[in-house]
Amino acid sequence: MKIKLIVVGNGMVGHAFLERLVKSSGFHDFDITVFGEESRVAYDRVHLSSYFSGKTAEDLSLVPVGFYAEHGIDIRLNQKVVAIDKHAKTVTTQAGLVMDYDLLVLATGSYPFVPPIPGNDREACLVYRTIEDLEAMKDAAQTSKIGVVIGGGLLGLEAAKALVDLGLESHVVEFAPRLMPVQLDEGGAAVLKRKIQQLGVGVHTSKATKVIEDGEQSRHRLVFADGESLETDFVLFSAGIRPRDELADLAGLVKGPRGGIVINDQCLTSDPHIYAIGECALHDGMIYGLVAPGYAMAQAVVDQLNHKPAQFVGADMSTKLKLMGVDVASIGDPHGTDEDAKSYIYENGPKEIYKKLVVSADGKKLLGAVLVGDTEDYGNLLQLKLNDMALPEHPEQLILPSFSGEKVGFGPDALPLTAQLCSCYDVSKQDLISALDEGATCLADIKACTQACTGCGGCTQLVTSVMNFELEKRGVAVSKAICEHFPYTRQELYHLVRVNGYQTFDELLAAHGEGDGCDICKPAVASILGSVWNAYAFDKKNIPLQDTNDRYLGNMQKDGTYSVIPRVPGGEITPDKLILLGEVAKDYQLYTKINGGQRIVLFGAQLSDLPTIWSRLIDGGFESGQAYAKALRTVKSCVGSTWCRYGIDDSVQLAIDLENRYKGVRSPHKMKMGVSGCTRECAEAQAKDVGVIATENGWNLFVCGNGGMKPRHADLFAVGLDRETLFKYIDRFIMFYIQTADRLHRTSTWLENLEGGLEYVRQVVIEDSLGIAEQLEQQMQALVDSYACDWKRAVDDPEKTKLFYNFVNADLRDPNQVYVRERGQLRPATAQERLESIELDVV
Amino acid sequence: MAEFKKVCQVSDLIDNAGIPALLGNTPIALFYVKGQVYALDNFDPIGQASVMSRGIVGSIKGQLVVASPLYKEHYDLVTGQCVENPEVKLAVFAVEVRGAAGEEAVWVAQP
Ligand code: SRM
Ligand SMILES: Cc1cc2nc3c(=O)[nH]c(=O)nc-3n(C[C@H](O)[C@H](O)[C@H](O)COP(=O)(O)OP(=O)(O)OC[C@H]3O[C@@H](n4cnc5c(N)ncnc54)[C@H](O)[C@@H]3O)c2cc1C
Ligand code: SF4
Ligand code: FES
Repeated sequence: MKIKLIVVGNGMVGHAFLERLVKSSGFHDFDITVFGEESRVAYDRVHLSSYFSGKTAEDLSLVPVGFYAEHGIDIRLNQKVVAIDKHAKTVTTQAGLVMDYDLLVLATGSYPFVPPIPGNDREACLVYRTIEDLEAMKDAAQTSKIGVVIGGGLLGLEAAKALVDLGLESHVVEFAPRLMPVQLDEGGAAVLKRKIQQLGVGVHTSKATKVIEDGEQSRHRLVFADGESLETDFVLFSAGIRPRDELADLAGLVKGPRGGIVINDQCLTSDPHIYAIGECALHDGMIYGLVAPGYAMAQAVVDQLNHKPAQFVGADMSTKLKLMGVDVASIGDPHGTDEDAKSYIYENGPKEIYKKLVVSADGKKLLGAVLVGDTEDYGNLLQLKLNDMALPEHPEQLILPSFSGEKVGFGPDALPLTAQLCSCYDVSKQDLISALDEGATCLADIKACTQACTGCGGCTQLVTSVMNFELEKRGVAVSKAICEHFPYTRQELYHLVRVNGYQTFDELLAAHGEGDGCDICKPAVASILGSVWNAYAFDKKNIPLQDTNDRYLGNMQKDGTYSVIPRVPGGEITPDKLILLGEVAKDYQLYTKINGGQRIVLFGAQLSDLPTIWSRLIDGGFESGQAYAKALRTVKSCVGSTWCRYGIDDSVQLAIDLENRYKGVRSPHKMKMGVSGCTRECAEAQAKDVGVIATENGWNLFVCGNGGMKPRHADLFAVGLDRETLFKYIDRFIMFYIQTADRLHRTSTWLENLEGGLEYVRQVVIEDSLGIAEQLEQQMQALVDSYACDWKRAVDDPEKTKLFYNFVNADLRDPNQVYVRERGQLRPATAQERLESIELDVV
Repeated sequence: MAEFKKVCQVSDLIDNAGIPALLGNTPIALFYVKGQVYALDNFDPIGQASVMSRGIVGSIKGQLVVASPLYKEHYDLVTGQCVENPEVKLAVFAVEVRGAAGEEAVWVAQP
């Protein structure tokens, strides 16, 4: 008989519990039912605000499609549990369903606290916890100009960012004299306040709101205890959370004096058959309002269900985050509540950096820290604190800028194996090492194997440095080297070529490599020579470097023939061109298909026929589609404002212009773009490396989308752009990608491996933080100016056309190519068909 | 005694790359690396197509190889042995360069 396990609540922690249980060996002992009050499966609340910068409800989901069904978990959404009978061991749902259990796990989370201010239930006075809340916020924002967040804690500031993203003039009102009173000290909070104000967000501290009433210019007016007031159209409460412990009352479970279901170190409530985990649970007087402690509780329960001794003994509340682009971190006890504690403070006024260390009386142990404006030291400091490591002789050196002497830190080696690197997913150094043992070799692998860095992302730097260190230790010379012939990354080779002006592979090999090169470094260098100098792939000195597709300017098919894909910018094609394609296809008996990139492909061309096929196409106005190259493929477009009744702007024209600008530019991997004329997004621009969508306010730019083996939704990069700015950003974005990506990394993989992620790309491309924007634009312009159609160059030069033959010494077709007629066209015969020697069409 | 047949001029070869040729009825691939000519079967036994001449030439730990353009297995230019799969081997043919300076031709032994 299986044990009947019921889970109430399908939020972040409830799901984490199931995910961990499924992976455990004891999973099959349980018959699991889950009740969730919300209409959707668990989603990521931590990243809720990304909903306003382009993420969808599906993106936020934490549950892979089909996960529950696959594991036989009975999940019932839209079903609130309203009662527990701990004697009969049953739960009752709102719809009246009664179900019995052997074990019960409560993971009901918390709700946002709305202070009892008169007027708090007026129109557009909202909270921020669920996807439904987000939708309500979006609606309210449409009729609002100004928004106020009541509460200046971590969530309040996050919420203020959401209001900014919604396009509102935003304010934060905090009751305490400083922002983030729990995590920051006065000095740190003051720097944070200045920075946030500079971003155009009003910050009002020491303000107790007394009443919300009708405003004069705006919908509401907040009246404060000190008599001042603030007008706003939209109020968002973010004044703390309260555990959802209603069920405990009904069931007679012990609660804390100020709420929360009391649990012990086993996460058991006062009833031995009922566990509580996550934000509804009160452990040792604490409600943890962060996910990581909830995950630790979930793990503790899973371990016990697997008969392993396990305890939850409290959790570290250190946090590192980016609030509206401002780096903020808090470790341990930042207030120095321990009387004898000593502190060190470093403040850099001009750069607006504030750092504080709190150390024990004997100066040996770190108790807490505050970092604002620069959180680079967070990983180091957190590890010192968590592992109770001894501090260096002069602890202040830990926070001083490095030019004031050697930066003291400690290598990743000093960390014990048990050190937790990622708190969101509880990934220890040992876990990382095991992943490496199982074959992981890069950050993307580590993310896939351990989930490290995929929560808040705060641990990326630390995980990367430990990973690199461990790889180096294994002699995997952190195989930054592209192959055995060059001890360099693709990025480094790119710079060597650009800086030293190398024009050929041989020059580069002689100066910086060894041996003869291979099928890894040769095409990579060929692509770099293309990216830097627009070097012609078909030059005799470049031919030996090319993958076969680039060598013959076509994609080789399984039987050794080639495909022919002319460029059809934006997917727009004249009837005459269609007729020409048809004629060529007929004359050469080519299989013809509308392909997935919105253009037409002719398959099955003999090597020796390629030049004549292409000269006919070029005469008819076509040019190479570069479907063979690591370069721009297509810019997919919808029909847009010219014909579509919803079209806001001319997506076809923009797609044609994009395609004409970037065609032929060689890159680390292929690039695809899309342009949609309105948000219905018929061109699927958000699945492209560069996506553009027309809006009433201008073009919205998305980057780093991908279809293919690992689909990735593009991220919203900039909104409401005019044409000129749009092209400027795309120029910079592509050049920056070309300069910094690894070989065969699409923009999506590049971004996932890039330290600093999207925010960093934004800084470089939009804010020009590296001061290279102009240079990037110039480099792109040089490539655009030197563009020439690969095929035009080839067919115009008899020396080059001469190289397209099936045999150097015989004008014959390849006898191995055998065809069958199917659906009115030819296709290669299968091995079986060759053997059965059924009637074959031999060309 | 193998009979050598003239296949093409040395000037037809491409430095550090391969070209396709017919030896009797057999498609072969001729590679020209560091002044040396290598002749191998052009048929890729794994990809099942006559494409070896279009592979990239290079070295693995000093051993000269050509990578199949279809699925990228490497074959030793001298022995035809597949590096990734000990059971797979390409036929190799003896090569001689004959003729006066400036007119050298490639002669390949027909088995
Ligand atoms: C012809 C076409 C399929 C079709 O009949 O519709 C095609 C055919 C090939 N695709 Fe594709 N892809 C085609 C559209 C796509 C699309 C759809 C799109 O572009 O909107 C995708 C998914 C979107 C994306 O890339 O984000 C796609 C994702 C891939 C991938 C996976 C890339 C990835 O990032 O995971 C590969 C493998 C690779 O590039 O390493 C690939 C590789 C290939 C190769 C080059 C495989 C090969 O080496 O032979 C095929 C070459 C055939 C040829 O001779 O041209 N093809 N391929 C489409 C040509 C479009 C064009 O005109 O350029
Ligand atoms: C905007 C925002 C930003 C945040 N940022 C961070 C951050 O940066 N870092 C961090 O660590 N944490 C952050 N948090 C907190 C984090 O989201 C929570 O700690 C986490 O969601 C707690 O998980 P939980 O499962 O306990 O609760 P929840 O995720 O709230 O899940 C509880 C679920 O139970 C359901 N439920 C409740 N009662 C019943 C019932 N009777 N029957 C059936 N279902 C029921 C609820 O509807 C809900 O779906 C943030 C939260 C928000 C709102
Ligand atoms: S999906 Fe696969 S089989 Fe189809 S065209 Fe793309 S690469 Fe070829
Ligand atoms: S610590 Fe949050 S993702 Fe690793």
